[in-house]
Amino acid sequence: MADPATNTPTPQVSRVVADASEVARVLARMAHEILEANHGAENLLVLGIPTRGVHLARRLAKLIGDIEGHPVRLGELDITMYRDDLRANPTRNPARTSIPGSIDDAVVVLVDDVLYSGRTIGAAFDALRDLGRPKAVRLAVLVDRGHRELPISADTVGRTIQAATDERVSVLVSELDAADAITITRTGRA
Amino acid sequence: MRHLLSCADLDLASTNALLDLAEEMQQVQSRSVKKLPALRGRTVVNIFFEDSTRTRTSFEIAGKWLSADTINVSAKGSSVSKGESLRDTMMTLDAMGVDAFVIRHASSGAAAQVASWVKAQVINAGDGQHEHPTQALLDAFSMRQHFRRIGAEGFAGKKVAIVGDVLHSRVARSNVLLQQILGSDVVLVAPPTLVPTGVNEWDCEVTGDFDTVLPEADIVMMLRVQRERMAGGFFPTEREYTERYGLTPERLAKMKPGAAICHPGPMNRGVEISSAAADAANSLVLEQVAAGVAIRMSVLYHLLGSEEGAIR
Repeated sequence: MADPATNTPTPQVSRVVADASEVARVLARMAHEILEANHGAENLLVLGIPTRGVHLARRLAKLIGDIEGHPVRLGELDITMYRDDLRANPTRNPARTSIPGSIDDAVVVLVDDVLYSGRTIGAAFDALRDLGRPKAVRLAVLVDRGHRELPISADTVGRTIQAATDERVSVLVSELDAADAITITRTGRA
Repeated sequence: MRHLLSCADLDLASTNALLDLAEEMQQVQSRSVKKLPALRGRTVVNIFFEDSTRTRTSFEIAGKWLSADTINVSAKGSSVSKGESLRDTMMTLDAMGVDAFVIRHASSGAAAQVASWVKAQVINAGDGQHEHPTQALLDAFSMRQHFRRIGAEGFAGKKVAIVGDVLHSRVARSNVLLQQILGSDVVLVAPPTLVPTGVNEWDCEVTGDFDTVLPEADIVMMLRVQRERMAGGFFPTEREYTERYGLTPERLAKMKPGAAICHPGPMNRGVEISSAAADAANSLVLEQVAAGVAIRMSVLYHLLGSEEGAIR
């Protein structure tokens, strides 16, 4: 889930399941998979979901651009105001939404760090609907950790991790954290 | 924070959070679907006991764009004109299950008084000569954008001159408080008859000499001459007022390079501000109006977005 608070390293013991070079390899494969599924980069609009999805989206867009030889459109989609648990939590200040041009008729690739309940992505669909009508929406996540609460699945998955509900799966990115990594932390609460 | 009654309710962190979100909310203005679902199912009643166009409309638009149900009640044509007391009117509306009141009233302290009566959250949209916090926030928002455009760093050390009818101005009071939170130096420029008593407690410089302050000010905020609150005798004639305290074309030329002009509106062109100044390239007047909806969206979201109703 794209929340900076839950990704902050804690004194609890974290297990690294993928280090920086592993994350780089996974992202490179994801870029190829996205291109393969879309038959090229035409109409692609890569949208990162804050916080860490934005950084992953930037990397994927760069990789796709390098493969294709021309830049791919990249943006940010904040979903804070579309969350179904907005009212139950303390006020969060929404992050930036910036879309280059129109989303109409684009193939939008949503990028998030960890796919868990699916509620973030559900909210992202609502946010997209207010912005226009994409030709198609795809989902790319670095980690799929299961335990879905909505009928949502990713089109491109970096790693599938079987984690228990009392474990926290975190994606760390060098822009915000010490280094790129995927970690699992035992929280002791489900 | 449960209510927004005064700029004294804010601190630097919450002010910056409100200004930052307003920046995001400005984008919504340029979308084709101007709607965010954040306040779905919330009911906001705008109750205005005083005339207003821009404040009332911008609060209404802000609420609607955040998907709240907004209802306007004006004192004219309501039970108020039948002689119902403020307390009874507010308690009646509160009993209908309203989530928030946006209130404007001619009496200073009315918003705080209402907040002590009702279960709903209260936003002060101007109470007499006391405060108008969302106006000060949108002024700060426009100033921040201006400072950014000229490559200046924030508010610290900036000189903000607030000029004119300080006595009757709730805008001035809220601005003094907010600008102090943001770290700028406020100078009040007013004729002695229009300086409120107790101004020495505001902790800012007060002077009657506009021409000395003008060349040093980074922001020149002109206040409206409030004819409706002046039963006369505050200054000899409007011409003399303009001569000493108006932003005339001559004074416009003496402003420091990079300085900007603010006015909360509605303007009395030719009295406190000349048309040359109002329409000058460094006038932020229309930007202030444009910021009004975004700031009010930000305030409504921060107060009503969560059950806990807190600015964090």
